[in-house]
Amino acid sequence: MSASLSSEQAQTFGDALYDARRTGVPIPAFTDELPDLRMEDGYAIQQHLVSRLLADGETICGYKLGLTSAPMQKLLGVDSPDFGPVFASTVYRDGAELPVDRFIAPRMEAEIAVILDRELSGPHCTPADAYSATRGLVASLEIVDSRIKDWKIKLADTVADLASNGAIALSSLVVPIDDFDPRLVGMVFSKNGEVIASGAGAAALGDPLAAVAWLANTLAPMGITLPAGSVIMTGALHAMVPVSPGDVFRADFDRLGPITIRMASE
Amino acid sequence: MTIPKQEIAHRLIEAAVTRTATTPLTNDFPDLDPATAYEVQDAVVQARVDSGAAIIGAKLGLTSVAKQTQMNVTEPLYGWLTDDMQLDTGETLVCSKYIQPRCEPEVAFLLGADLEGPHVLASHVLAATALIFPAVDILDSRFAGYKFTGPDVIADNSSCAGFVFGGQGVDPRGIDLRLIGCTFEKNGALLATAAGAAVLGHPAAAVAWMVRRMALRGQGMRAGQVVMAGALTEAVAVSPGDTIVARFDRLGTVELPCR
Repeated sequence: MSASLSSEQAQTFGDALYDARRTGVPIPAFTDELPDLRMEDGYAIQQHLVSRLLADGETICGYKLGLTSAPMQKLLGVDSPDFGPVFASTVYRDGAELPVDRFIAPRMEAEIAVILDRELSGPHCTPADAYSATRGLVASLEIVDSRIKDWKIKLADTVADLASNGAIALSSLVVPIDDFDPRLVGMVFSKNGEVIASGAGAAALGDPLAAVAWLANTLAPMGITLPAGSVIMTGALHAMVPVSPGDVFRADFDRLGPITIRMASE
Repeated sequence: MTIPKQEIAHRLIEAAVTRTATTPLTNDFPDLDPATAYEVQDAVVQARVDSGAAIIGAKLGLTSVAKQTQMNVTEPLYGWLTDDMQLDTGETLVCSKYIQPRCEPEVAFLLGADLEGPHVLASHVLAATALIFPAVDILDSRFAGYKFTGPDVIADNSSCAGFVFGGQGVDPRGIDLRLIGCTFEKNGALLATAAGAAVLGHPAAAVAWMVRRMALRGQGMRAGQVVMAGALTEAVAVSPGDTIVARFDRLGTVELPCR
C-alpha cells in the first residue's frame, strides 16, 4: 500500500516534528487534520524527520519496536507493531540521571534489548535466524515521549514521531542466550522503591526474538539491513508509567540483572 | 445485630453443593467484619471436613495491591484447601462441577516442616519448603458474578474450589522467586505475563504473611500441606473445550484442559 501524502506534505509534517523536538513545544496530531493518514504516511514523515536528524550529525544505533502488546494494539486499533530508529545521542547507561528538559511528556517502560552479533536482514527472517544473529540480551528502560500534544496519537502520528521514542538506557551486561527462554525472563518494575508492575519477555509480541525477526522483515522492503552491533528495543513488558522530575525507576530482570535511572529534579 | 454464622455458612455450602450462586452476605449483614467472616469460614471448612474431606493446605487471595484497592481491603486473605478440591497433574477440569470457574497462575509450596507463629518470615518459609511447583488455582465464587466485598469472600473460603500442580517439583534453594517470569495462556493466546513479585513482592513473603495472619487466629500449617501463594495475573473464566497453560521460568509448565 502506498502513502496518501504527497512528499511535500510529508516534508512539512516531518519539519513540524523536527521543530517540536528542538523547541520542546508539542504539536497537534496530524490525524486531527487528516484522519485518513495511514501507517505508510507515518513512515514517509518519519523518513523525512530521520534524514534531517542524520544531517545534523545524529547516528542510528538501533531500533525500537512499539505497539508490541495486545492491549496497546487494541487501543490504537492496529494488529501490528511499529518501529522507529534509536539515535546514539539518546542512549544512557545504567545509573544515569536523565535531564527532564530533554522530554515533553515522558513515560517509562522496561524492556529486553537485543544486541546483534551479526548482520540480520529480511524478508524471510525467523525467530531462529534472530537467535543465531544475537550476541545477547540486555536489561533496558525506554523513556517514551510524544511530540504530539497530550499523547493524543493515532497510528500514523506515533509512527511519524519515531514511534514515540524519547531515550533508552542500557545495562552494560550483555547476556548470551544459552540455557534460558527469553519469553520467560521475568521482570519486576519499581518506581521510587515501590513495585508497580511485573512481566515476562513474552509480553513483547510473544517472544523478543520474534520481535527482532518482525523488524528485520519489515525493514527489508525499505532496503534496510540491521548491522552487527544494533540495539533492538523489543517492546514494553508492562503498561507504560508516568514520569515526574526526581523519580527513580528500576527494572530488575531475572537472568539479565537490574537497570536503574533517575530523572533529574527540575 | 448478631451474625448467624452457622446459618450463613450453610448458605455458602448449599450454594457450592447445588452449584447455584447466592447473593453477597453483606447485603443482608452489612456489619459482617473480617474477624467474623473468618469464623464463618471456619464453619464452612468444618462442614466440608464433617462430610469427609481432609484439609490438605491453604491459599492466599487478594495478594496484589491493585486487587486490594479494588475490593476496598487493606490486606490479603486466606482460605483452606481440602482434598476434594485437588486435581492431579494432567487431570481435566470438569466445568459442570463448578458454578463459574476461573483460573489463575500461581507458585505453590509443598511444606516439609510445620510452619506457624507470629514471627515467620520468607526465609523461614523457604527453609520449611520441600518443593515448589508451577500451579493453577481454580476459583469458584459462591457469589453470582464474583460480586462481593472483602468479608464476603473471606467467609466464602476465599473462593477456593480447586487447584492443580505441574508435574515438576523444584527445590526453592538458589531460585529468586521474586524474579521468575510467568506466562499465562488460554487456548494458545497469551493473556498476561508477570513475575513472582506480583504477589506481595515475593511468593515466600506472601506465604509468611499468611502464616503470621493465621497465628492471630491460633492456626498454622503442617508438614505435608500445600500453599498456593496467590495469583500472578488476573483470573480468566474457563468453559468446556478451553485449555489453560501457565509457564514459569525455572519451575516448568502446568497445563489444564477443561471439559
